[in-house]
Amino acid sequence: MIENTPDIILNHVSKVYANGTFALEDVNLVIQQSEFVSLVGASGCGKSTVLRIIAGLGTPSSGNVELNLKERKLSFVFQDAALMPWANVSENVYLPLKLAGVPKKDALVQIKQAIARVGLEGFENNYPRQLSGGMKMRVSIARALVQKPDILLMDEPFGALDEITRSNLNTELLDLWHQHHWTVVFVTHNIYEAVYLSNRVLVMGNSPGHIVADINIDTPYPRSESFRTSTEYNKYCRSINEYLRVK
Amino acid sequence: MKKILTADILAPIIVGILVLILWDVLVKVTNTPPYILPDPILVIQTLVRDWNELFQSLLITLQITISAFIAAAISGLLIAVLFTQSKWIERSLFPYAVILQTTPIVAIAPLIIIWLKNNTFAALVVCAWIVAFFPIVSNTTLGLKSADKNLINLFQLYKASPWQTLIYLRLPSAMPYFLGSLKISGGLSLIGAVVAEFVAGTGGASSGLAYRILISSYNLQIPRMFAALFLTTGLGVLIFVTLSIISDSILSKWHESAVKHEN
Repeated sequence: MIENTPDIILNHVSKVYANGTFALEDVNLVIQQSEFVSLVGASGCGKSTVLRIIAGLGTPSSGNVELNLKERKLSFVFQDAALMPWANVSENVYLPLKLAGVPKKDALVQIKQAIARVGLEGFENNYPRQLSGGMKMRVSIARALVQKPDILLMDEPFGALDEITRSNLNTELLDLWHQHHWTVVFVTHNIYEAVYLSNRVLVMGNSPGHIVADINIDTPYPRSESFRTSTEYNKYCRSINEYLRVK
Repeated sequence: MKKILTADILAPIIVGILVLILWDVLVKVTNTPPYILPDPILVIQTLVRDWNELFQSLLITLQITISAFIAAAISGLLIAVLFTQSKWIERSLFPYAVILQTTPIVAIAPLIIIWLKNNTFAALVVCAWIVAFFPIVSNTTLGLKSADKNLINLFQLYKASPWQTLIYLRLPSAMPYFLGSLKISGGLSLIGAVVAEFVAGTGGASSGLAYRILISSYNLQIPRMFAALFLTTGLGVLIFVTLSIISDSILSKWHESAVKHEN
């Protein structure tokens, strides 16, 4: 992994919004290929801002972002599934390819694969309003996967879901990541989710947002459900919790 | 098969029949002469007797209404798209759209009729268009602007062209707003057409329903006046119902307003 160029590098990134809000101060981070990195912090700590800056949806006020996007593709998953309500599941999943100019008939196989990957076979013709919150999120993930991304940015994707659905989707996401070795940057306010999923957790502090701690989660993959109840797991959660409490 | 006689249809029909009965009883009890208020049966008789003439007028008014409505729908949509392309275009032109909307049509109709004196039909269409196009512009502009922020970001991420964003995101987002404004403008087109016919008056070459109402009132043919009025309102209802059906069938798959809920 070391000989590869890192996928994402942030150098001294700060962000001040036009209204004067100081959102980020001197954020430095390096994310290697195939790493699963979580950004954890309270709401308003700027973790989503970091993700948006990585995605190019916002520009840093100072500092710079280096992305390894030569022949590598980036996808983004939003907190609310952000589906087009007028389009059915397969049209929603088709969107990234459609925008890239791929004709529908050439995209059919990829659409089918992406839908199968998130376990939504049989729902191709359903409209978003006919789906539950968890299913909408699966569609959103399928849409992010359809163009075979290398880097996946996820902004609190499971934040609005119930605990059971969240836990199931966590496991499925981890399986998918294990198969495809994407680089994932995962924003969440849920410590337990972050520890379960990631090989690195970045803890963020408030006003202005900055990185407080960079913790490696050394437990090897595949991680079983029993990991969630192990002492090791609890130790990680406790230490992250302590960083979050320190002002 | 869907049942046709649903509560939505039966309830207003029952109210209508009750009002007609009340009207009839009132006229008979108070002994009101027909040149003040004819009873409904007389109005219906007149409608049947003068059907050919009145129906011809109805077709003329309908022609003006539909032409104005189509012109309003197309121009309204195009203007709204133009407005959302640039803040400057909207800033510069929107006030004039408001001015056009707020100028009383009765005040400018004579001017338009004089300017287009060789073509009364076109003049009437222009008048009706002025009344009808504004709701479409303002509603559709709002709709084009209210596309989901995350979806806009997503389109940005996937490097969508402005054209793709318009066709695949902004126009579908604006669809419920556009269809809602069509329902308003359908009625307004009719009102505009009738008002313009009134202003054009008896001198006009065409003879729409408003012309019939005017002539009947001059001649104290009050039952005939009511018959023409009935046809006008009937036409208004028909336009609204048609547009509602079109709107619901387009939105039925995805939009809250047209979806049937089961609790």
